[in-house]
Amino acid sequence: MNFWEYLGNRHQQLLIDTYQHASVVFQCMVAATVIGVLIGVATYRSDWAGSMATTATSTLLTIPSLAMIGLLIPIVGLGVPPTVIALTLYGLLPIVRNSIVGLRGVDPALVDAATGIGMSRVARLARVELPLAWPPILTGIRVSTQMLMGIAAIAAYASGPGLGNLIFRGIASLGSSNALNQVLAGTLLIILLALLFDAGYVLIGRLTISRGIRA
Amino acid sequence: MPESPASASPGAPEAPGAATGSAGTTCATGTTSATGTTGATIELESLTKRYPGSPRPAVDNVDLEIRAGETVILVGPSGCGKSTTLKMINRLIEPSGGRIRIGGEDVTDMDPVRLRRRVGYAIQSSGLFPHMTVAQNIALVPKMLRWPAARVRARVEEMLDLVGLDPGEFHGRYPRRLSGGQQQRVGVARALAADPPVLLMDEPFGAVDPLTRDHLQDELIRLQHELRKTIVFVTHDFDEAIKLGDRIAVLRERSHIAQFDTPEAILTHPADDFVSGFVGAGAALKRLNLTRVRDVGITDCPTVTVDDPLQRIFDLLRSGGSHEILLLDRRRRPYKWLRRGDLMRAKGSLARAGTLVHDTVTRDATLRDALEAVLTDSSGRVAVTSGRGTYEGVVDVETLMNSVRELLEADRLEAMEAQHEREGHRAGRTHAEQEGAGGEADA
Repeated sequence: MNFWEYLGNRHQQLLIDTYQHASVVFQCMVAATVIGVLIGVATYRSDWAGSMATTATSTLLTIPSLAMIGLLIPIVGLGVPPTVIALTLYGLLPIVRNSIVGLRGVDPALVDAATGIGMSRVARLARVELPLAWPPILTGIRVSTQMLMGIAAIAAYASGPGLGNLIFRGIASLGSSNALNQVLAGTLLIILLALLFDAGYVLIGRLTISRGIRA
Repeated sequence: MPESPASASPGAPEAPGAATGSAGTTCATGTTSATGTTGATIELESLTKRYPGSPRPAVDNVDLEIRAGETVILVGPSGCGKSTTLKMINRLIEPSGGRIRIGGEDVTDMDPVRLRRRVGYAIQSSGLFPHMTVAQNIALVPKMLRWPAARVRARVEEMLDLVGLDPGEFHGRYPRRLSGGQQQRVGVARALAADPPVLLMDEPFGAVDPLTRDHLQDELIRLQHELRKTIVFVTHDFDEAIKLGDRIAVLRERSHIAQFDTPEAILTHPADDFVSGFVGAGAALKRLNLTRVRDVGITDCPTVTVDDPLQRIFDLLRSGGSHEILLLDRRRRPYKWLRRGDLMRAKGSLARAGTLVHDTVTRDATLRDALEAVLTDSSGRVAVTSGRGTYEGVVDVETLMNSVRELLEADRLEAMEAQHEREGHRAGRTHAEQEGAGGEADA
């Protein structure tokens, strides 16, 4: 069976895996974005807290993904929970770092002006600081997503959802007729998803970054 | 202009300590169409800022009373605390001690966010938010005060008109597509959008080129003439201070007020060496602008009219102590300078003899004008005329120099005297202010 026949025969299963892969990455990205930006907002004003947050998240990233999922299994069991936790944690670093850098990069004169015309702390954050820091934050989100696309494949090790299952199954049955097709299909679909997500981010950038600060 | 139900009584003084958010809008709803002063008094009372870890306060015991509708310039060398003082008025910097009263109301402890919505604030390089359009920037404060949308829209157009920008053209532009001068105008429009009684300006024209700055200053004078806000303006440029200020506070380090007076008084009677040093090397020249010809005393010079017989003119020139006589025309207006020998050379014809009078000054002219005329006229003196142009006397270079020297000397003596007086009064005055400051609120 060649690759194209394989795709034709298994398209149902492939679509489900692809959908699940995209879905888990998307949901973990939403969680990582919310948590990451919150950490950034909470820490950017203090040198100490900011570098703590960056160091902590980058330490997380150095843990091998297989080990991280392996360590989570005894705590939260198999399946979706370890996948979601691991992916969310890995997604944090670029978002936290870019949030802090972006928020710190806002011209102090503008912050002064915002306060001076009577904006409350929350209003200033929501209407001046975050919109101005949004381009670097969005870049962080993009980088995170690309990373999670690959890492999500490892989740199959903990019986998680997604295209990793194809790859693992293929590797486990190397030599059999469909092994290579499985690995190839899994890998290519992940790349395709990554490209689609990236295109999505370009569109989001167009829609959400003010024309006044777009490069 | 549609009026919201929440803003039923424009200009009504806000009750001190009113706790609801809607109360904050009442002060900001007075319209610019109202005639007379829309500003409010500002009183600073022993205002002090101490930063932790530094032994001396950054701002030390500042007392300042600013009248409603007045433009007061805080001027001083960099690092003297003038900006800090300004930022304490809207409590961008929280004072460590002292009181701030605006329009008689003590705002030292009120919610700073509400306070700032009632106080316009314009800063250097405009402080416009780059991700918002011009209209969005201007609409910020009115929106925060929950003006109805239609009123905000109308106000934005009105403000753009006010600062001389075409609403149709600039409404939807982003700040980066404006020139420095235009950005600064929008900055001022934003500061004034909610019609605050008080406007704080922190070196607003510091970052624009000199030509634009001059233009913006003229514009601000025009605006202020129209609006009569209370403006507190920080600059380190003394010439800017002279141009814009009704009164100028010259600050030395730690925001100590070296002198608080009208530009004229500061130029003519600098309180001490620090102020005269700050007024700068041009003080004598700037001083010339503030003194009139009538103050220096004009001298007489021999005159003849065109109708006098030639023999008399000859006699005068030959016998007189002066080298020159002034020839007047039939209506006694200065016509020509005649020197010894001029008539001989012209073979006795008055029409050809002498040099024409180019320039005359009136008694109301400033000494600077007089000096200008003297320097351009070859004779080293200038004829002084009445308003109708008839001869009254002359001023020459020597008189000018002597009187300027005397004036400066007198200024110095007077300043010393004034300083003694001030020092004597100071203790008593601070005491009196602390006792009775509450009584003179609200002009």
